[in-house]
Amino acid sequence: MSDVTHDALDYVPPLEVEEEELYHAKTWLGKYVFCQDAKVIAIQYSLTAIGIGVVALVLSLLMRLQLGFPHEFSIIDPSNYLQFVTMHGMIMVIYLLTALFLGGFGNYLIPLMVGARDMVFPYVNMISYWVYLVAVLVLVASFFVPGGATGAGWTLYPPQAISPGTPGIDGGIILMLVSLALFIIGFTMGGLNYVVTVLQARTRGMSLMRMPLTIWGIFMATVLALLAFPALFVSAIMMLLDKLIGTSFFMPAMISLGEQTSFDGGSPILFQHLFWFFGHPEVYIVALPAFGIVSDVLSVHARKAIFGYRMMVWAIVAIGALSFIVWAHHMYVSGMNPYFGFFFATTTLIIAVPTAIKVYNWVLTLWRGNIKLTVPMIFAIGFIFTFINGGITGLFLGNVTIDLPLSDTYFVIAHFHMVMAVSPVLVVFAAIYHWYPKITGKFMDDTLGQWHFWLTFLGSYAIYLPMHYLGFEGIPRRYFAYGETDFMSASAADLNAAITIAAFVVAFGQLFFFWNLFISYFRGKEAGGNPWEATTLEWQTPHTPPRHGNFDDLPLVYRWAYDYSVPGVEQDYVPQNVSPAEAENLGKGGGEQPT
Amino acid sequence: MSYVLIFLALLMAGLVWWLIKQTINLQPWTASANTEAVRSDGIRSVTRNVPLPRTKVALGVFLAVVTSLFALFVSAYAIRMEYGDWRPMPEPTLLWVNTGILILSSVFLQMAWNAAKAGNLKTVRFGIAGGGALAVGFIIGQVLAWFQLTATGYSISANPANAFFYMITAVHALHMAGGLIALGRTVKRVYGAEEAIPKIQLGVELCAVYWHYLLAIWVILFGFMLNT
Repeated sequence: MSDVTHDALDYVPPLEVEEEELYHAKTWLGKYVFCQDAKVIAIQYSLTAIGIGVVALVLSLLMRLQLGFPHEFSIIDPSNYLQFVTMHGMIMVIYLLTALFLGGFGNYLIPLMVGARDMVFPYVNMISYWVYLVAVLVLVASFFVPGGATGAGWTLYPPQAISPGTPGIDGGIILMLVSLALFIIGFTMGGLNYVVTVLQARTRGMSLMRMPLTIWGIFMATVLALLAFPALFVSAIMMLLDKLIGTSFFMPAMISLGEQTSFDGGSPILFQHLFWFFGHPEVYIVALPAFGIVSDVLSVHARKAIFGYRMMVWAIVAIGALSFIVWAHHMYVSGMNPYFGFFFATTTLIIAVPTAIKVYNWVLTLWRGNIKLTVPMIFAIGFIFTFINGGITGLFLGNVTIDLPLSDTYFVIAHFHMVMAVSPVLVVFAAIYHWYPKITGKFMDDTLGQWHFWLTFLGSYAIYLPMHYLGFEGIPRRYFAYGETDFMSASAADLNAAITIAAFVVAFGQLFFFWNLFISYFRGKEAGGNPWEATTLEWQTPHTPPRHGNFDDLPLVYRWAYDYSVPGVEQDYVPQNVSPAEAENLGKGGGEQPT
Repeated sequence: MSYVLIFLALLMAGLVWWLIKQTINLQPWTASANTEAVRSDGIRSVTRNVPLPRTKVALGVFLAVVTSLFALFVSAYAIRMEYGDWRPMPEPTLLWVNTGILILSSVFLQMAWNAAKAGNLKTVRFGIAGGGALAVGFIIGQVLAWFQLTATGYSISANPANAFFYMITAVHALHMAGGLIALGRTVKRVYGAEEAIPKIQLGVELCAVYWHYLLAIWVILFGFMLNT
C-alpha cells in the first residue's frame, strides 16, 4: 500500500446519484410479513430453512436409534426408516442448505456487501420467499397423506420411486415432486435477483475484483443453481407424468406384483443422468458460498489479507465451470461404458486442483496471522479440518475401481456427510456467530458458543470417522436392520451403537446454539457497528442493525475487502470505503473510529 | 446430454471469458482514490458504453435459464429416442399454421420495437397489441393441435414420442403465456402513455426480445420433431 501515491486532494466527493425508488411499507403486515426488504426476506428464509432443518435432524436421530439399537424401538418400521432416509436427505440438501446459503445469507449479505440499497427486484424477491415457504409446506404435508412421505431415497430413482413396494408411492412422491418444482420456481426468482444485483447494482468503486469472496461464492453458486435446477425440474415433471398420466419416460416394461405394468421401454438411466446433472452442481451450490464465507471469516479473525485473492476467485469460477462435467461419477455402478467412467473419473480428479488451491490458501492465510480464536474463527478452522477429511475420501471415490466396491457402503455416507453436511454446517455456524452482531446489534455468548463448537466438531468426528471403517467392512447403506450375517464383525454393532450415542450428543449440542441464538437477542453484550473490526461494507453501515435502504449515502469503495495490517497504517484494518488519504490518519485519532 | 453440454459449454466459456477479461491484470490489493477508474457499473451496452438496464440483464439471465431448461428437454428427447419403442408421430398441418402465426407475432413486436425507437407511439400500440393477439392465437392453435392428435389416437401415454410432443409444447406454451402477462402490462402502459418515454421503449424492447427468443426455441423444437 505504501507505494500508492496520493495527496490529500484525491478524495472524490460522493456523486449525485439519482435516488432510487425504495419500497416503503405502509402496514405492519407489509413491514414484517410481506416485506420486500432483502434483510427481512433473508431472516424469513433462514428461519424457515432452520425450522425444516430441525425436522430433518430429528429424522436422522430416529434413523440412528434404529441402526444403533435395532431391537429396542418398535415405533420405527422398515417403511418409516426409508421415509426418514429420503426426507432427511432431501430436506438437508435442498430445503436447508441451498435455501439458507442463497436465500438466507445471499439476501442478507449481497446488497450490504456490494453497497446496494436492496436487491434490484424487491417484489420478485419477496415472492421468491413465499413460493419457497409453500414448497416447504407441501413437503411437510407429504408426511400426512395416506401412505406417508416417499421412501424412494433422496435420489428418487425410478422405477422404484413410483412402483409398489416403496413407501409413499401415492401422495408422498407426488407432493415431493410438486414441492421440488415449486422450490425451483421460487429459487429462480431469487436467483435472478442475486445475479443481477451483483452484476449491475454494485456501488461506485466496487469492481468485481474488490468484492469480498463471500459474494463471489454466492454469485457463482447462484449461476450454477440457475443452470442446474432446470435438470431437476425436467426430471420432476417427467416423473410426475409417468406417475399421473402413465407415460413411459423413465419407467421400463416390468412386472410388478405378478402383473405386467402398462409402462413400456422407459429409461431409468435417463433419470439418473438428469438427476445428477443437477445433483453434482448442487454439491457446489452448497460448497461455493461456504468457501466464500469461510475465506472472509478466516481473514477477519486472523487479521490478514486472504492469501491469493485472485487465485481464490478463479478457483471459484473454475470449480463452477467444471462442476457441470463430473455428474456421472455418481453413476459408476449403473453399468456405464468404461471409457465414459474414465472420462468422468478424470474430470472429477481435475476438480480437486482448484479445490486444493483454496485449502492451501486458507491455511496460508492463517500462517503467521494474528489469530483471534473467537467462536466464528474456531468454526471456520474446524471447517478446514472436516473439509480436508471429506475431500480426501472424495479422491478415493472418484476412481471407478475404488468406487464400485465402496459405493453402496457406509464409506459413501461418511464421505459426503464430512464434505457436504458437516463442513457447510460448520460454515453456517461460523457465519451466524460472525454476522449475528450485525443482524441484531448483540454478540452471541462466547461460552455457550465454545460448548456448541466442541460438541459439534468432536461429536461429528465421533459419528463419521467410524463410518469409514464400517464402509471398509462392506456394511451396506440404506438398510433398516442387518440381522445375522457372516461378513459383519460383532464390533460393527457396537460401533453403530456408539455412533448413535455420538449423534445424540451432537444433537444435544445444538441446544446450546438455539438457546444462545434466543437469549443473546435479549441479553447479549452490545456489539456496536463493527465489533470484529472488519473492512467490508456491511460493517460500515450508519445503523446497526442496518435500516431499510442500508446506507445513508451509498458508500464509495477505494480498496479491496482485505486491507488488514496494511503497512504504513497504524490501525490494523482499513475499511473499503476509506480513501487512501483518510487511511493515513486511521489509528492516530484523526480517522473514523467505529465503536 | 450432448445438447445441454454444448449449450452449457458455450455459456460457461462466455462467462469465464467475461470474468477473466474483467479480472485479469488487476492488482486488487492496490487502493486508489479514484473510484471512477475502476469498472464498477456492471455489464455495459456494446454500442453506447453505458451500463445496461437491470431489467435487460435480468431478461438475459432468465433466457439462459430457459435455454438450459429446453436444452435438457431436447437432450432427454434425444436419449429416449434411441430406445426401441419410439414410434414417430405425424405433425398436423395446423402446426405449420401456428408457426406462421408465431412468426407474424414476432414481426408485429419487431415493428413495435422499431416504432418505439422512432418515437411513433401509434405504431407501437398497433404492433404490440397485434403481436399479443397473434400470440394468443398461437396458444389456441397449439391446443387445437393437441385435440386433433388426441382425436386421431395419438394420446400422450401411447408412445414416448407423443409424450415428449405434448410435454414440450405445453412447456413452451406456458412460457408464451407467462410472456403474455408481461406483455399485457406493457400494453397497458403503452396505452396510458402520452409519448414513447425510455421506460416504454425498454418495455417494448424486452417483450420483442422475449418473443423472438420463444420463436427461435419453437423453430428449433419443431424442426427437431419434424426430423425424428
